[in-house]
Amino acid sequence: MKIKTKIFTFVISLMLLIAPSINAQNVAVDTLQTTTTAAETTESELDIKEMILEHLADAYEWHIATMNGKHISIPLPVIVYSKTTGWHVFSSAKFHHGHEAYNGFKISTSEKYKGKIVETDEAGNEIRPIDISLTKNAFSLLLSSALLILIIMMVSRSYKRNSLESKKGFVGVMEMFILSVYNDIIKPGVGKDYKRYAPYLLTVFFFIFINNILGLIPIFPGGANVTGNIAITMVLAVCTFLIVNLSGTKEYFKEIFWPDVPWWLKVPVPLMPAIEIIGVFTKPFALMIRLFANILAGHSIVLGLVSLIFVTVSLGAATNASMTTLSVIFTVFIDFVELLVAYIQAYVFTMLSAVFIGLARIEPHKQKEIA
Amino acid sequence: MSLLTPDLGLVFWMLVAFGIVVFVLVKFGFPVIIKGVEDRNKFIDDSLLAAKQAQEELANVKATSEELLNQARLEQANILADAAKSRDKIVEAAKGKASEEAAKIIDLAREQIQLEKEDAIRQIRREVGLLSVDIAEKVLRNSLSEEKEQMNMIDRLLDEMNIPKS
Repeated sequence: MKIKTKIFTFVISLMLLIAPSINAQNVAVDTLQTTTTAAETTESELDIKEMILEHLADAYEWHIATMNGKHISIPLPVIVYSKTTGWHVFSSAKFHHGHEAYNGFKISTSEKYKGKIVETDEAGNEIRPIDISLTKNAFSLLLSSALLILIIMMVSRSYKRNSLESKKGFVGVMEMFILSVYNDIIKPGVGKDYKRYAPYLLTVFFFIFINNILGLIPIFPGGANVTGNIAITMVLAVCTFLIVNLSGTKEYFKEIFWPDVPWWLKVPVPLMPAIEIIGVFTKPFALMIRLFANILAGHSIVLGLVSLIFVTVSLGAATNASMTTLSVIFTVFIDFVELLVAYIQAYVFTMLSAVFIGLARIEPHKQKEIA
Repeated sequence: MSLLTPDLGLVFWMLVAFGIVVFVLVKFGFPVIIKGVEDRNKFIDDSLLAAKQAQEELANVKATSEELLNQARLEQANILADAAKSRDKIVEAAKGKASEEAAKIIDLAREQIQLEKEDAIRQIRREVGLLSVDIAEKVLRNSLSEEKEQMNMIDRLLDEMNIPKS
């Protein structure tokens, strides 16, 4: 039974790991095609590739639109610590959209630190200061966190006031949503003592979900590629990793370092322990990459499809019109898919975290036999 | 490639934001909601149980009242039967007493009659005696109309009286 579940989890993990990479490959091909077709006809090719990459990456200002060559954007605070000059806090508007340097800091255009704030030392080398600027992603993150806390606290306050009445409206919907995650993901995933881990797992689910959804909204409060940023997914994965391994039972660690396999698989060469130890780290790594790649891919596809409109401008009115129609239809379709993906990725992350916790909480076999 | 290298600044903000979110929601958010839902579920379960119990109790009460009613009916029948029996007994007793009384009265009457009869007989006897004396007197007077006969008579009587003396 246990081996079955292990194989099952492994296969599922493999599938889920592969799926986004296929997606990502498609996107890569997609963007490549877009850019090559664009290259043949217009000189805006670089702009579109840049536009997509710029969106997917972080930024020091929140760019909303460009009108008549003027950038409309919300400047965000830059917080950097230089080893030579100490702390600096200033508005990113000081960079004038990356065209100017300020206080010795500038936004790099070099291959290595592209789009990041750097300072230049005497030798002319670019040095990266300690940079905790409130970037677009960081700002969006804080916004969505505040929103999430607001929503959940609103719901929980309704329960604090009166838990016995049946909830209506928004609170009722949230209750249904929370309970579906609680009953269908966490309970079967973690197993026996699911109650201890439920609050954390619910938080992870709704944190990922709200950021995914906000990422789909194209205008100001949303649109940032938060969960498609590897720093975000890394922190999430590390949190899950810590919780899984800190709540591991003796049996869990015994199965890693001294698994129940023929002795020659572990004595001269610790083959199985090595595999198990690698497995400990690949699980959260897969979580990190999966979420990151899926959301990144979704954003890339939408941007690539929208870009079609601008790429085909020079191909004549008829082509442009038909491509525009196609682009809009595809974009709408992909946006719906992305809504689904926003849920599925939050679901998968939570489910796998729950399963990993459940696997780390295993009881020794002997007890099972007695019971 | 920059997409695949986690930016330290963002990691810092993520740690801050996610830390706060986890702290607030794990401490004040989700447990309250889950507890609320569980409380409500428990309340509903309890209510259902209570309703079921009440129903059972009602059924019990119904059964008890039915039983009581039956018992009452039985008792009523018993009482009625008893009443009939005692009535019969009383009637019987009354009948017996009455016949006894009647017998007594009859006996008394008989005795009375006897007494009266004896009385009457005695009176008649007395009458008859007197009559016979009268008759005897008349007869005697008739037969003793002559002197001689009177003398005879006296003699005889004297004789009769002397005999026992002798």
